[in-house]
Amino acid sequence: MVIKKRNGEIVVHPYIPNSVPEVQEEMLREIGVRDIEELYSDIPEELKFKGEMKLPEPLLSEYALKRHVKEILSKNRTCDENLCFMGGGCWPHYVPALCDEISQRSEFLTAYAGEPWEDHGRWQALFEYQSLIAELVDMDVVNVPTYSWGQAAATSLRMACRITRRDEVIVADTISPERLAIIRNYCKPVVRVKLAKHDPETGMMDLENLKSMISRDTAAIYFENPSYLGFIETHGGDISEIIHEVDGLSVVGVDPISLGVLVPPSHYGADIVCGDLQPLGIHMNFGGGLAGFIATSDEERYVMEYPSRLFGITKTTVEGEYGFGDVAFERTSFAKREKAKEFVGTAAALWGITAGVYLALMGPKGMWEIGKTIMQRSQYAMKELSRIDGVRAPRFKAPHFKEFVVDFNDTGLSVRDINKRLIEYGIFGGIDLSRDFPKLGESALYCVTEIHTKEDIDRLTSALGQIIESKR
Amino acid sequence: MMKGGKIKIRDFHEAKWDEPIIFELSRKGERGILVPEVEKEIEEAVGDGISVLPEHMIRKEYPALPEIAQVRVLRHFLRLSQETLGATINIDIGQGTCTMKYNPIINEILAKSPEVTEIHPLQDEDTVQGALEIIYKLDLFLREISGFSKFTFQPGGGSHAIFTIISIIEAYHRLNGEGEKRNEIITTLLSHPSNAAAPAVKGYKVINLYPEEDGRPDIEALKEAVSEHTAGFIVTNPEDTGIFNPRIKEFTDIVHEVGGICAYDQANANGIIGIVRAVDCGFDLGFFNLHKTFSSPHGCGGPAVGAVGVTERLKDFLPVPTVEFDGKKYYLNYDIPHSIGKVREFYGVFPVILRAYAWIRSLGAEGIKEVARVAVLNNNYVMRKILEEVKGASISFPKTRHRLEQVRYSFEKLKKDTGVTSEDVIRRMADFGFHLWTSHHPWIIPEPFTIEPTESYSKDDLDEYLTTLKKVVEEAYRDPEKVKNAPYNCPIHNIDHEPLEDPDKWAITWRAYLKKHKKWE
Repeated sequence: MVIKKRNGEIVVHPYIPNSVPEVQEEMLREIGVRDIEELYSDIPEELKFKGEMKLPEPLLSEYALKRHVKEILSKNRTCDENLCFMGGGCWPHYVPALCDEISQRSEFLTAYAGEPWEDHGRWQALFEYQSLIAELVDMDVVNVPTYSWGQAAATSLRMACRITRRDEVIVADTISPERLAIIRNYCKPVVRVKLAKHDPETGMMDLENLKSMISRDTAAIYFENPSYLGFIETHGGDISEIIHEVDGLSVVGVDPISLGVLVPPSHYGADIVCGDLQPLGIHMNFGGGLAGFIATSDEERYVMEYPSRLFGITKTTVEGEYGFGDVAFERTSFAKREKAKEFVGTAAALWGITAGVYLALMGPKGMWEIGKTIMQRSQYAMKELSRIDGVRAPRFKAPHFKEFVVDFNDTGLSVRDINKRLIEYGIFGGIDLSRDFPKLGESALYCVTEIHTKEDIDRLTSALGQIIESKR
Repeated sequence: MMKGGKIKIRDFHEAKWDEPIIFELSRKGERGILVPEVEKEIEEAVGDGISVLPEHMIRKEYPALPEIAQVRVLRHFLRLSQETLGATINIDIGQGTCTMKYNPIINEILAKSPEVTEIHPLQDEDTVQGALEIIYKLDLFLREISGFSKFTFQPGGGSHAIFTIISIIEAYHRLNGEGEKRNEIITTLLSHPSNAAAPAVKGYKVINLYPEEDGRPDIEALKEAVSEHTAGFIVTNPEDTGIFNPRIKEFTDIVHEVGGICAYDQANANGIIGIVRAVDCGFDLGFFNLHKTFSSPHGCGGPAVGAVGVTERLKDFLPVPTVEFDGKKYYLNYDIPHSIGKVREFYGVFPVILRAYAWIRSLGAEGIKEVARVAVLNNNYVMRKILEEVKGASISFPKTRHRLEQVRYSFEKLKKDTGVTSEDVIRRMADFGFHLWTSHHPWIIPEPFTIEPTESYSKDDLDEYLTTLKKVVEEAYRDPEKVKNAPYNCPIHNIDHEPLEDPDKWAITWRAYLKKHKKWE
């Protein structure tokens, strides 16, 4: 029993109150057994692990632990100390102080599955997050967040298949490769996923190609706006019309931070809208800040197909009191196991609350202003980068939001080499697209947001100019 | 609680703020935060930025978000946080199955470092060596604990880990040309609901094994269920009864004999970490929830990680990328021949991975075994006290004497005696600052309640909880109406479920409420 140091000294671990030997003895007496081993008597001896777990010696003092972990972490170079121009599904945005203050509150951080009366604040905060996103996308139903945009898109497509009772979906081929991989795995082997071509000039969907692919087997078409490659798909209305003609659904992935200035997909025919909350006040966290949302209209045939928790407002036994609870809980796997709509469990609720705080702070004007400032800055970056000999930005002839493809093919340099050199300047260059989009050759996906000042963009331009010039 | 040397029932009242919905705080013109203004030179170079958009793509009306000054937003959310009974604040032993344990504050401090929060997942590997080292080493630690050969941290929760496991099983059989034929997954009725739900997403027929009288899954039923159609078997052990199935190795052998794959749901491994390893029970793959056993906080339901581990023969099916070490440098490996692809973007929720790493480093091998032992000690202590002192309560499957880390109990007798249900007791417990939970569905144990007193609670904490539970039950016998009408000391009273089930009345957002609430009258 109890933890012992190498020298045999007993350790009472601060995380384990009852590692006090006397307390253990008292409790064993109460239970009526000699030792803790006896409580494990139902486990056959041959299944018990007799070897030794090769784990490092414990760092028992909090100081030693902190020092050790800090030392490892110090090998990371952060986007605070360097200029980061990478997005692609995880974006550098400013995180308001209040978002951190609320998301680290012990009550929210450590809560889990409390009941509507004792955890009233958690229920209300998540209901408010749903309500705030609903305004942004201009739709009446939003879920408690799922793992990420990729999962939200995959579930949206499976919902579309159940609603239409069809088993084929079409996805725009400019989708994020990560999200496509998630969708493919989530659909296999039940739903067929087909890719639709884009116009090589504009990046937007090739509508003729789309028409030729669509049939009455098609449950849904999925495209993103802004697209993974940064351009804005301006034919959303035409696309929705094409799929609606065969009674399929239009599913659109969206970056919520764009929706102060961009028209929400529900205005161009989207039936299901999904996306990621990370831009809304959540740190990048090496990709750990992702959280997916799904939104639809309030029709029963849509609501009943969500696998997610949906928090609804209700009355209590006291007049005038707001209460909250699960809407149509019987849909979920908690109630119905294998007969449920997909499955639900722990996902990303705290980021939902955080996104709610963000939208409450920003308000309507803030969302307009942030969209505008992002577009101005990214346009300035494209303009400046294009002045470098051999560099073309954007690669696609279309309006863009915060990301854009920079074409380096005429520089004679690979994106890989350019990015290695940029690190020496304290700059993390755009995402190398040569592996996932080989047709674009040596191109990179750059991201410019409200955090990038004119000076930052000029620094990037100057560094790239020097790197390219020096190789000529 | 102990006060003046005596156990005393706490005189509790949770914060009640009667807080409006955030939209009701809106006052036209107020601002919560201002956005960095664009420099004059940028404006001169590109104009307003918006007019590059075709007219039909520009949002004409502002989204109808509320307009609220910063301090008012802060106050609102602080009040909501006070109206939430976080696990750290109460003695949270009443949320069975979920392993509510202490989430060390030092790990929060570490997770808030810019070296964690301000790194982009696609940065050059050379610039994130620290993060990759933490991920790689946690993989090594979990291999020691489970006996598996490799872990992925990509799944964003336990149910997601189950789905990942089912994806691997499906890919394995498909590669062997048996994808179509092997169309069944076997689980047990008392395993977590997602063990049954996730396979159905992949098109599997799901077979649930029922428990026998001693609470253990029926081995004869398994023998009948297995066939050439068996793709795999996924099970929680111990289930939420706290009963360990001692014949588990026979179960996995039976499944292996027909060519099936065995998966271990160790979302909650708190009673057996360091005591029993998954591989020794014959499992081919399995998962741990880092937000349960490994101390990362639950965050109201995520962000989280379900860490999936596999034996050597399934390594080639893991999602890409895995984190590897070549002796000098940590790197991402995308070269996994039969990979299922991806289940979540990037490599997992890094702050959660970091907290699990720090927790293991603080405890070491002996400390981890002590966690399991004390969790089991605490649980058996609570069970003994409930059986001896709480009238109207019983345990499920009373034939089995010892339990590991949790127990599913029943208030069947209490209900028969008084009409008070387990849900009534749950509401009344909240009046004293305690959470209690029923159980997963289906309720094969009538009037269930499930308690899991992890290693994080002292004997005094457990005694306080038990004393309160005893008092509530005594009250139920004395004055059942009082218990039935609870809660009284919470932010709100009992809720009306009816509008939540009616499509004409349910309101999942404030805007829907404004359209529909008149139908509530």
